[in-house]
Amino acid sequence: MSKDISINNGANLNLKGLAIKELKAAKKSLTYAINPDDFFALVPRMLVKEGEKVSKGQPIFHDKNDESIKIVSPVSGKVTEIRRGAKRKILYVIIQREGEDVVKFEIPDLQSLSKEKIIQLLSESGSLAYIKQRPYNIIAKSNKLPKSIFVSTHSTAPYAVDFDFLMSNRIDDLQTGIDMMSAVIEKSINFTVTHKKNSNFNNLNNVEIYNIKGVHPSGNESFQINKIDPLNFGETVWVIKPEDLANIGAFFRTGVFCSSRTVAVSGDSLKSPKYFSTVIGSSISSLINNDEIDDIKNYRFINGDPLSGSKVEYSEFLGFYNNSLSVIEEGNKYRMLGWLPFMYNSIPSLSKTSFSWLLGGTKKVNTNLNGEERAIVVTGEMEKYFPMDIYPMQLIKACMRGDIEKMESLGIYEVVPEDFGLVDFSCTSKIEAQEIIKSGIEIMLKEVG
Amino acid sequence: MNLIRKQVDKIKKPFLKGGKLELLYPAFNAFETMLFVPDHTTSKGSHIRDGVDLKRTMITVIIALLPALLYGMYNTGYQYFIQTGLDFTFLDAVLHGAYKIFPMIAVSYAVGLSIEFAFAVYRNHPVNEGYLVTGLLIPMIMPIDMPLWMLAISVVFAVLIAKEAFGGTGMNILNPALTARAFAFFAYPTFMSGDKVWVSEATNVDAISGETILGTLAANGDVTYSSFNMFMGSIPGSVAETSVFFVLIGALILISTGVGSWRIMISGIFGASLVGILFNLWGANSLMSFDWYNHLLVGGFAFGIVFMATDPVSAAQTTKGKWIYGFLVGVFCILIRVFNPAYPEGVMLAILLMNVFAPLIDHYVIESNVSKRRKRWANIKLKTA
Repeated sequence: MSKDISINNGANLNLKGLAIKELKAAKKSLTYAINPDDFFALVPRMLVKEGEKVSKGQPIFHDKNDESIKIVSPVSGKVTEIRRGAKRKILYVIIQREGEDVVKFEIPDLQSLSKEKIIQLLSESGSLAYIKQRPYNIIAKSNKLPKSIFVSTHSTAPYAVDFDFLMSNRIDDLQTGIDMMSAVIEKSINFTVTHKKNSNFNNLNNVEIYNIKGVHPSGNESFQINKIDPLNFGETVWVIKPEDLANIGAFFRTGVFCSSRTVAVSGDSLKSPKYFSTVIGSSISSLINNDEIDDIKNYRFINGDPLSGSKVEYSEFLGFYNNSLSVIEEGNKYRMLGWLPFMYNSIPSLSKTSFSWLLGGTKKVNTNLNGEERAIVVTGEMEKYFPMDIYPMQLIKACMRGDIEKMESLGIYEVVPEDFGLVDFSCTSKIEAQEIIKSGIEIMLKEVG
Repeated sequence: MNLIRKQVDKIKKPFLKGGKLELLYPAFNAFETMLFVPDHTTSKGSHIRDGVDLKRTMITVIIALLPALLYGMYNTGYQYFIQTGLDFTFLDAVLHGAYKIFPMIAVSYAVGLSIEFAFAVYRNHPVNEGYLVTGLLIPMIMPIDMPLWMLAISVVFAVLIAKEAFGGTGMNILNPALTARAFAFFAYPTFMSGDKVWVSEATNVDAISGETILGTLAANGDVTYSSFNMFMGSIPGSVAETSVFFVLIGALILISTGVGSWRIMISGIFGASLVGILFNLWGANSLMSFDWYNHLLVGGFAFGIVFMATDPVSAAQTTKGKWIYGFLVGVFCILIRVFNPAYPEGVMLAILLMNVFAPLIDHYVIESNVSKRRKRWANIKLKTA
C-alpha cells in the first residue's frame, strides 16, 4: 500500500547538461581523500599518522565529542598526507591506494540480530556515518534511537539524480539495509518515490511507500518529513540516502565496510555527461579527464547539486555523501546594463521580470551572482520556494540575530541548510540563506544540543 | 562594450583598496553597477543565482509609474489651460506639464540621492536602489505648485528621519515617500490644501480656482465631474494621482511581473468598497452619500493602494498579514475621508497608520504559526508522558 503526498510550491530548474542514463566504471583513482567538513559539526581526532598503512574500513579519525562516530578509510592503502589549512584545520586525509587489506567483521545470522547489535556493528564498522540525524543534520547518535527513518528517492534538485537508474543493480543490498534499519526502529521505514513512476522500489519489503508529487524542493527530506511525520521538540528522525542504505546492506551481507559511490557527472560544457561507478573520496580527475572539457580553469566543480553542493578544485576529491558532481562555468564577466528588465532572458530566473519563464527547454548557467548583495526588501518571495509551514524569512532573521528562543519557535529543528537552496537562488537581495541557517543550527547545537 | 569597460576600469583604480579615493568607493560602485552587472561570482550558498536583482525590481516599479507620470504631465498642462481659458494643443499641455514637473523630479533625486550616497560612504555599504523609486514617487504625490525648496526639505526629512534613522533601506517602518508628503502636509498646510495649489500657476493667476473633488465635498460643495472624468483623471489633484486608468496600467505591470502584491491591492479595494457602501446607506453628509465607487476613483486612493501600500518594506510581510493590512488600509482611508473633513485625503494617513501597525499584524500571524507548532509538540509530550 502506498500513499500519495503533494508538496506544492517550489520550482524545477531545468539545466542543460544533465547526465544521461549510462553507467560507466570510472578509472581507478590513485589517491583518495576524506574531508572532515563533509560531516557537519564533527571535530576530528586523528587515529592514524602520515605514512601509516590503513586497511579498507579502518577508522582514520573519530569525533572528539563522541568516539562511537568513526570515519573509516574507503580503500586499502597508505596515508600519504594530512593536509591542513589555517589554524591547523584538517582539510583532507589523503590515502594512496595500495593492496587489498580489509577490516572484516563477523556477522551473525541477520534474522537473529538484536537492534543493539545492529547499532554496535554500524558504529564499529563506520557505517553509522551513512546515517544523518534530524534535527541538525549530524551523523546519527548511537545512543538515541529515532522515531522514524526516511529514505527519499524522489530527487528534484537541478541535475537531479535518477535513483531508480542508479540503484537498479543494488536492490538486494538496499533490501538488506532496509531490513536492518527497520529492525532497529521495530517498524517499517518511510520510503518516498516519485509520483506515478514505475520503479523497482515498489516491490521492497519493510517499507512504507509514499508517492511524492511536487517540484524542487519536494525531494528534500525535510519537506517530506514535515508532511508525513513532523519532527517535534526532543524527537529525532534519521535520514539515509538510497545508495548509503545499500552500502549499509552490503556491509551486513559481507562484513566489510562498503564504500561504493555512483556519481552522476553533469554540466553543460561536458562532452558526455553520464553516471560513473566509483568509490567515495576518489579524485575528481578520475571522473573527468582533460578531453572531456576544454578549459578546466574556467569551470567550477561542485560536490553535489549547483544549489547546495560544495565547491572543490579539479585537483581535489569527491565528497563522502554526494551522488552528483556538477560542472559549471565561472561567471566572472561583466554584463552591460544587465539589470534592465527583460534583458538577458537566457539567464534562468524564477522572477517574471525577465522572459526566462516563457522560454522552455534546458538552460545554461554560470556562477555569476547577477547583482550585488542588498538589504532584504522584497517580501513573500522566499515562501514561494519553501513548501513548509515555516516562515523562512523570519527564521533567517532569527538566525542572523542568534536568537535561540525565536529560532526554536520558528522551526529551526525541522530544517537543514540545503532546504534553502532555492531561496538562495531566487533571492532578489542575494543573501546567503544557507550560510545563515547553518550558523543558526551551529548555535542551536552548541547551546541546546 | 569592451572599450567602455576598459575606460571604467581605468577610472576605477583610485577608488580601489589602497587608492586615494578608497573612501568614496560606495559612490563609485553605484555608478559602475548602473552600467555593468559586476563580475562577482558566488562564494557561499547556492552556486547559481537568479537573473533578478534589486536594481531590476526597482526599475520595474519605475516603468510601472511612467504611464501615470506621463498622464500627470498632460493633465497639469490641461488643467492650467482650461482654467486660464487659453487655446492649447495636446503638445502645449504636455510641454507645460514637463516644464513644471521635471524640476521637481530633479530636485527630489538630487537631494535624496546626495543623502543616500553620503550615508553609503559613511557606513561603507553599497548604495541601495530603493531611493530610485521613492525619489520619483515624491514629486508625483505633491501639489504641482509646491515651491521647490519645500519639496527639498520634505525629501530631507523623509530620507533622514523616516529611512536612515531606522537603519536605511529595508529597515524603515514608514513609507519614505508618504512621510515626505505628510511632512509637507503638516509643515506647510496652506500649500497643501485649499483651492490654490492643485492647478499649475493658480497662486499667481487670480482667475484659477481648482478645488479637488474631496476638498469640495468636505466643504459641502457640489461635484461637477462625472465618474468617467474621475476614472480618466482630467481633474485637479496631486501631480500623478488623478488618473485611475493610468494607475491601473501600472498596477497591471506590477502584478504581472510579481513585483507588487496583488493581495494588498485587492483587499484594499475590497475594504474601501465595503466601508463606502456602509456610508452610502447611512448618508448623513455629502462625503457619506458620495457614491462608494466614486470614492475608489477620486483622490489618491488608486495611486496609494497600487504604489504606496504595496511597498514591501513598510507593508505587512506575511501573506496572511498582507490581506489584513490591505483591507485595513482601504477601511481607514474612507473612514478618515468621511469623519475628518480637515483631512479630505485619507489614503496617505491610512497607509502611514497601517505602516505602523504592519509589524503588529505580522507578529500575530507568526505567533499563530508558532503556537500551532508548540501545540503539536505538547500533544506529543502528553502521549509519551
